Amino acid sequence: MDGAETLASPEDLALVERLRAGDETAFMMLVERHQASMLRVARMYVSSRAVAEEVVQEAWLGILQGLDRFQGRSSLRTWMYRILVNIAKTRGQREGRSVPFSSLAGDDAQQPPVADTWFQGPEGEWQGGWSSLPADWGGLPESRLLAGETLRVIGEAIAELPPMQAEVIRLRDVLGWSSEEVRNALELSETNQRVLLHRARSRVRRALDEYLEKRTG
Amino acid sequence: MSGERQLTCREVVEIVTDYLEGAMTSMERARFEEHLSACDGCANYLRQMRETIRLTGMLEEDQIPQEQKRELLMAFRGWRRD
Ligand SMILES: [Zn+2]
Repeated sequence: MDGAETLASPEDLALVERLRAGDETAFMMLVERHQASMLRVARMYVSSRAVAEEVVQEAWLGILQGLDRFQGRSSLRTWMYRILVNIAKTRGQREGRSVPFSSLAGDDAQQPPVADTWFQGPEGEWQGGWSSLPADWGGLPESRLLAGETLRVIGEAIAELPPMQAEVIRLRDVLGWSSEEVRNALELSETNQRVLLHRARSRVRRALDEYLEKRTG
Repeated sequence: MSGERQLTCREVVEIVTDYLEGAMTSMERARFEEHLSACDGCANYLRQMRETIRLTGMLEEDQIPQEQKRELLMAFRGWRRD
């Protein structure tokens, strides 16, 4: 694991205090914030949605029982996800389910960031240069970009990604985690985290471009 | 000139995340920015990536079923009593 890690924030520590004191509102806030994502992460390691739900339930109990031992040497959510991933992996192993990293992560061969046809081949004037330029989205009205349908296109593109790519982009770009938190929570190397994020963002950009092109064209 | 071969646009799209993540050396960054300053296509591409990140940030998390929330609240009450 990486040496230097971000410590728990003052908000984290305050939240932990409220939880230790039995504050139900604080607990439900934490549940609202993390449950959906925890379920998806658990689902990567176990055989079904139902088992993932059990794993998450067990993780919450582990988190509560561990609260007294939480010393703030990582962010609260990183610490929570480590408990979750541990339980999920153990459960997956017990199910005899071994998931190769490559099937969670996908690979470049299946999805280049930009289709080959966008670039000039060896016969072109500038090999590897654009054959037609990417569109300037700056000209599109904000209302169009923020329309429900545009967001739906993004959501669908993410849902179709290999699971680890989908989770990295959700944690980073939807939920606003730092790269270090994501790395530590999902047990990824710095390079792997960045490669997964790159593939995911590239794919979402591509889906957006195809959608926006079609509608403007 | 830096003496190094110039980046192609195809290479730029492969390293755009390294650039946005601050994972380049200052030499690599200079080479990347040099390409961008002379290439409208890649400048547009970088803006598209930034816009993609911004729009992705507008998504909302899935809703969780009431029943799951109730179960967890019960678990929390049980934990507190122990
Ligand atoms: Zn270029």
